[in-house]
Amino acid sequence: MANALQNVRLFVAILAARSAQLASRALRAGGGSTMPGVVSRRVDPTVLTKLSKRLPGGAAAITGTNGKTTTARMVSHILRTANVKAVNNSTGANLVTGVTAALVADSTISGNPRSEVALFEVDEASVPKVAAEAELKLLAVLNLFRDQLDRYGELAYLGKVIASSFGDLPSDGSVLLNADDPLVASLGREARKAVYFGVEDSSLDMGRLQHVADSKSCPVCGVDLKYGAVYMGHVGTYDCPNCDFTGPDTAYRATSVRFDGAKATSFALSAPDGEMEMKIQLPGLYNVYNALAAAAVASEMGVALEDIKRGLEGFGGAFGRVERIQAGEKEAFLLLIKNPVGFNEILRTFVAGETSGAKHVLIAINDNDADGRDVSWLWDVDFEMLAESEAPREPFTVSGIRAGDMAVRLKYADLPVGDVVPDRGKAIKAALEATPPGETLYVLPTYTAMLEIRRTLSDLGHTHPFWEDE
Amino acid sequence: MMNLYGDRGNVISIQKRCEWRGIPVEVVDVRLGESIHPTGCDIFLFGGGQDREQALLADDLSGSKGADLRSISAAGGVVLGVCGGYQLMGSHYETADGEKLPGVGIFDLHTEPRKPDEERLIGNVLVRIPLEDGSRGEIVGFENHGGRTRLDGAAPLGEVVSGFGNNGEDGTEGARKMNTYGTYLHGSLLPKNPWFTDRLIETAIKRTDDTFELEPLDDGVEKSAFESVSARVRRG
Ligand SMILES: [Zn+2]
Repeated sequence: MANALQNVRLFVAILAARSAQLASRALRAGGGSTMPGVVSRRVDPTVLTKLSKRLPGGAAAITGTNGKTTTARMVSHILRTANVKAVNNSTGANLVTGVTAALVADSTISGNPRSEVALFEVDEASVPKVAAEAELKLLAVLNLFRDQLDRYGELAYLGKVIASSFGDLPSDGSVLLNADDPLVASLGREARKAVYFGVEDSSLDMGRLQHVADSKSCPVCGVDLKYGAVYMGHVGTYDCPNCDFTGPDTAYRATSVRFDGAKATSFALSAPDGEMEMKIQLPGLYNVYNALAAAAVASEMGVALEDIKRGLEGFGGAFGRVERIQAGEKEAFLLLIKNPVGFNEILRTFVAGETSGAKHVLIAINDNDADGRDVSWLWDVDFEMLAESEAPREPFTVSGIRAGDMAVRLKYADLPVGDVVPDRGKAIKAALEATPPGETLYVLPTYTAMLEIRRTLSDLGHTHPFWEDE
Repeated sequence: MMNLYGDRGNVISIQKRCEWRGIPVEVVDVRLGESIHPTGCDIFLFGGGQDREQALLADDLSGSKGADLRSISAAGGVVLGVCGGYQLMGSHYETADGEKLPGVGIFDLHTEPRKPDEERLIGNVLVRIPLEDGSRGEIVGFENHGGRTRLDGAAPLGEVVSGFGNNGEDGTEGARKMNTYGTYLHGSLLPKNPWFTDRLIETAIKRTDDTFELEPLDDGVEKSAFESVSARVRRG
């Protein structure tokens, strides 16, 4: 009887979610992907637990500051390649309500998931809530960088918050951690079963800690870590000179990383199941980390290495992160700027290189909530590396609500400041006009500036509004 | 110039504005566990950290390092403390966990943690600073702090035109004692407020050569950045 009542409640919860979904679509509330979660949770607070228990292959979650969207999409692509039916939450709906909404939308009216497995990207601070309810077989932590300061106050605290969820994983659950990020790696001490991934390639050493390094001190004892190699930010190989903390042994490893300009990157993957050459259609070391994490998640979920390779190599990139848009006889290459580490990677990959030929560049910095309201981080970006490079380049066009700050930053890196056009629409039009036919305009916007620039390009007939190709 | 756990934008700003005028600059980074003496430095930048680091810094400054900083300030040295650095220049600082950390004691002020029902103080700030000639200078920046700083006799750096400042209640921002300044403003602070940067540089050099005068620079780019932020802050 009690059980039947539970099922009725679940049924009503799913029904309520369906009508909420229809209503928000009718209102074109765009995205509208958390409302059904809110509604169904109100009717049945255990809806997430009930549904995730009925997933034949269980649920996995990915969290971290950088790359969780790209990594989650890579894993989805791998699962599709391997014919595993998976349910995902949509970008921007990465709190417990969004996760619930995804599972509710995937299940039949009687409360049975249509998918075999669930794969969620989860906001760092929401991990405990999701883990407490979703029976996670696997929780992957990619990295912890400082661009979350606005939201959470403190990085070490955030690590504690994430680790506090480990006890809620089922007995066969494990955590997958980035061994090269000291704070993330240190969380493994709190886990029943921890698996690590990392990069091993001394040719990637930046030679010095970038100025953005966040957790360069030992997460255990607080003394400055000694780095063997620094790959990006505070990520690299390290030892504590004071205590026994050191980078853990990795089960999944990327070696022999080779960058093929803006188009592709290759590396050798070694996993418990064997070794394999990977060639991904995305630039930059950060995408090597994303691909490595995706391979590890998929492998831990039981996908064969051959399918992982096919899935990763056929992956085209997530919306907005890296995107090419044909604009008449010209091309616009959009590269989303999220934080100083990502910005440095983009500068290193596209702008500083002498062969990549980023000759026409537009930078657009907004400071809305979704961009980060504090633009101090611009000073942590290593623009100085450009002053040393010999690549032929036009002065950067600068745009965004914080165009002024960006112009000052360039000036203090001894770089020529081009046009300062705060209005994003006007700036992209002018920059495209100034780009000769057959050439590429590199556009480096923060999140909301990217949406605005895309809208302008769309109005010019160069692409579709973003909700149509999601 | 000595940089103690400081803000990179401020370091670059002083460095470049000296270089552009042919004034040689050397930046000495002083990290945890490293001593300040012997310095030979003219300007001291003092940044801070997140709560956990603040505890390490407080510990680091509890001995001779803090005493050195205190005597540099008392002798009229040019010191700029920002955010966590500013908080540690007071008499004490209490973390969110209720841990009371001793400060360096340059300023007569202390910092309390925010109460559970209080928000972090986050946003753009515009501050008006009284100057010796009776006029006022303005600076803009960004603040992000949970702690509430109470002045126990220390003179404020300036008055808040828009934003929160020391505690969001009394309209004061920062503190000043001779050539030592403390403020919550980063953003970074110095790049968008070149007059204030130049004031630090000029004061520092004048201490050894009182005939020195700073050559003016073309600050068009900085001024328009200042204008756009201050207009935005004023709009609210
Ligand atoms: Zn240690």
